[in-house]
Amino acid sequence: MANAAEDSSVYYIPDSGWYPIALAVGLIITMMGLGSYLNAMSAGESNSLTQTVIGFGIVSVVLYCWFTKVIAENQQGLVNSTVKQSYVWGMGWFIFSEVMFFAAFFGALYYVRAFAVPWLGGDGAKSLTGDYLWPDFEAVWPVMNNPGAADFPGPEQNMVAPNISNWLSYLPFWNTVILLSSSVTVHWAHSAIKAQNRSKIIIWLGITVLLGIIFLGLQVEEYVIAYSQMGLTLGSGIYGSTFFLLTGFHGFHVTLGTVILFVQFIRSIKGHFSANDCFGFEAASWYWHFVDVVWVGLFIVVYVL
Amino acid sequence: MSEAISAVDHDDHSHGPAKGITRWLFTTNHKDIGTLYLWFSFSMLLIGGVLALIVRAELFQPGLQFVSPDFFNQMTTNHGLIMVFGAIMPAFVGLANWLIPMQVGAPDMALPRMNNLSFWILPFAFGMLIATLFSEAGGLNFGWTFYAPLSTTYAPDSVTFFIFAVHLMGASSIMGSINIIATILNMRAPGMTLMKMPMFVWTWLITAYLLLAVMPVLAGLVTMMLFDIHFGTSFFNAAGGGDPLLFQHIFWFFGHPEVYIMILPAFGIVSHIIPAFARKRLFGYDSMVYAVASIAFLSFIVWAHHMFTVGMPLAGQLFFMYTTMLIAVPTGVKVFNWVSTMWRGSMTFETPMLFSIAFVVLFTIGGFSGLMLAITPADYQYHDTYFVVAHFHYVLVPGSLFSIMAAVYYWFPKWTGKMYSERLGKLHFWFSFVGVNVTFFPQHFSGLAGMPRRIPDYALQFADFNMVSSIGAFIFGFSQILFLFVLIHGIRNGKPAAARAWEGARGLEWTLPSPAPYHSFTHPPKVTDDEAHA
Repeated sequence: MANAAEDSSVYYIPDSGWYPIALAVGLIITMMGLGSYLNAMSAGESNSLTQTVIGFGIVSVVLYCWFTKVIAENQQGLVNSTVKQSYVWGMGWFIFSEVMFFAAFFGALYYVRAFAVPWLGGDGAKSLTGDYLWPDFEAVWPVMNNPGAADFPGPEQNMVAPNISNWLSYLPFWNTVILLSSSVTVHWAHSAIKAQNRSKIIIWLGITVLLGIIFLGLQVEEYVIAYSQMGLTLGSGIYGSTFFLLTGFHGFHVTLGTVILFVQFIRSIKGHFSANDCFGFEAASWYWHFVDVVWVGLFIVVYVL
Repeated sequence: MSEAISAVDHDDHSHGPAKGITRWLFTTNHKDIGTLYLWFSFSMLLIGGVLALIVRAELFQPGLQFVSPDFFNQMTTNHGLIMVFGAIMPAFVGLANWLIPMQVGAPDMALPRMNNLSFWILPFAFGMLIATLFSEAGGLNFGWTFYAPLSTTYAPDSVTFFIFAVHLMGASSIMGSINIIATILNMRAPGMTLMKMPMFVWTWLITAYLLLAVMPVLAGLVTMMLFDIHFGTSFFNAAGGGDPLLFQHIFWFFGHPEVYIMILPAFGIVSHIIPAFARKRLFGYDSMVYAVASIAFLSFIVWAHHMFTVGMPLAGQLFFMYTTMLIAVPTGVKVFNWVSTMWRGSMTFETPMLFSIAFVVLFTIGGFSGLMLAITPADYQYHDTYFVVAHFHYVLVPGSLFSIMAAVYYWFPKWTGKMYSERLGKLHFWFSFVGVNVTFFPQHFSGLAGMPRRIPDYALQFADFNMVSSIGAFIFGFSQILFLFVLIHGIRNGKPAAARAWEGARGLEWTLPSPAPYHSFTHPPKVTDDEAHA
């Protein structure tokens, strides 16, 4: 197998190992723990996250070992260009599946704004629901007064963008600036890898990670303001539901992307990347560009329009 | 043929399987993982089958005999979920694992460790799903389509575990699809251009894209449910400005491509078996490929034909009616091509061929009833009746399931190196064929006469049809025990099989010895014209 890298017709098949099944065990422990926790929470019983944390610990440890091994295999020269091409396809189509995950939420937002809310307000083919159940409901977006206001008290304020001249004091605008800049800095880090300038790699990658963390900090700030000052919560009806799930899952992906980029940051300090062997970095940067593009879509349809 | 065999003969790479249980737990080998998938799927088939027989036993006569209505609902729900996600889908992934590396001339799947992960997630996820049947709060009882608000506001607590089980099996499917795409796009032997790929490989490539496009949507959907249930959001609650219909739209945006995920690989299988036993090349290979691609594309723009009666705007109803009927065109192309392949062939009728011919005939019946359901005004009459049950069981049982059985018989010699007993195989076929028709054909009539689906009791005029249907179900169910016996008998006592076990079989997998070596092709084989286009 030592000659695998030279002989492009020999494909590297890793030996059997315990990582995959250990990861599966970790996942099921996490999920079952989380399920019990949520059920107890909703029933108002005492609950604990211990099992979830243990499961998540197993998942993290296994992932760490797994990636370490893959990196080591590459450094031993076992991974030839065909295998690397498989990694490229793998990451590319994984990102496509993530796009479709967000498509479900964007689609839900579109359906609610274009059909469900107008129908509730008495429009079109399904006007009877609105007429009979909630004749007073007025269809506007964002929905500030929900049809069943007893169960779903509407938000006091919403996050919709102000006039463009006031954007300098509008937090989501700055978040957009931060995230877009981070896409540029991660690209500069890539150029630095191509130019084999390690100190520049480290600087630009470090700045990218920092921008990611700042973005997340501002998102947390926004959520705190929403909950404490604007009365905008998950329970404020369809506006709060779509707002928090879209921005929340995006934030979750930014967190993941920041962790991945941080790993690449450590690896670049260790000198792992060369001009034509840096797929770990490239995969991370694709992922970062992807979360960036999702944010632009979010900024337009959740905040501006 | 012998050159190809010598190329794979022992070099430094051909270490055999590990000993003991760790072989199966830790394996990265596509054949081992394929075997695991297939046995897992078979055990799910038996469990899901038992649930179906409980349903049919209750429906044998009008009135409540054996189970309570709530338990009846749990049976139909879990039967559907287990059969769709546990039996049919994993069986096709198992076949993909076994066959695709051999058919494209690769040593293994592209990402072998992830392959192991995508399998081992499944037993745990289904363990959790099935365990909900025994939970204190009661099992899942909202139908396999889990429409909100049945699955949110009115759901038992176990729904939380159902949601996480769906997340896990979705992750498994996505990883499996990525693996299959990488294998097909990246590991074909030199000379195997896209339009020389075997049909099974083509159909799976397209299926993998369907999975990648819709499994994440399903994950998003159950995530919205989770938040509606536990965090007070109102996606599917009109009181908060949401809409229960939103659930159905997202569900069927996943659900309709999902239907084709369960039938496209079946098309591929039949496109191998019919040419082999008609001793002719597949008629119209190119049009077969384009037909599969068209069906896959159309599957994204027909979803609301499952929802004609919910009160959509007229324009929506018309759009979804016409696009749905359009699917009959590429599907018709496929059926005509299979028939033309048989035309003037020198046909023999071994078990895989019998299952394949039954597939073509019975799947076409299921297709025609689908066409009837596509007509919006007519669907107002058929909606949620046993006619729908008959329709989708005709495409799923003598469709998908028969193709899987055909594949198992056809490639059995390649997998095990042994021949199954042809006599027993045929016996299994005839019992299954009779059983399946006796079960589902009468349901067309009870449905057209107005019997609703998903009820434990029914009006007296449906009694005869239901009695016949239940008898058929028990025949079909127990004949699968025979299937198990045929397989075990073949593995233990079968006669040794030749490398090319069927004289008409084409494709790279038949150039390998039987049983195929542990790593299929360590060096890429030459793709001759004779073995291409299989």
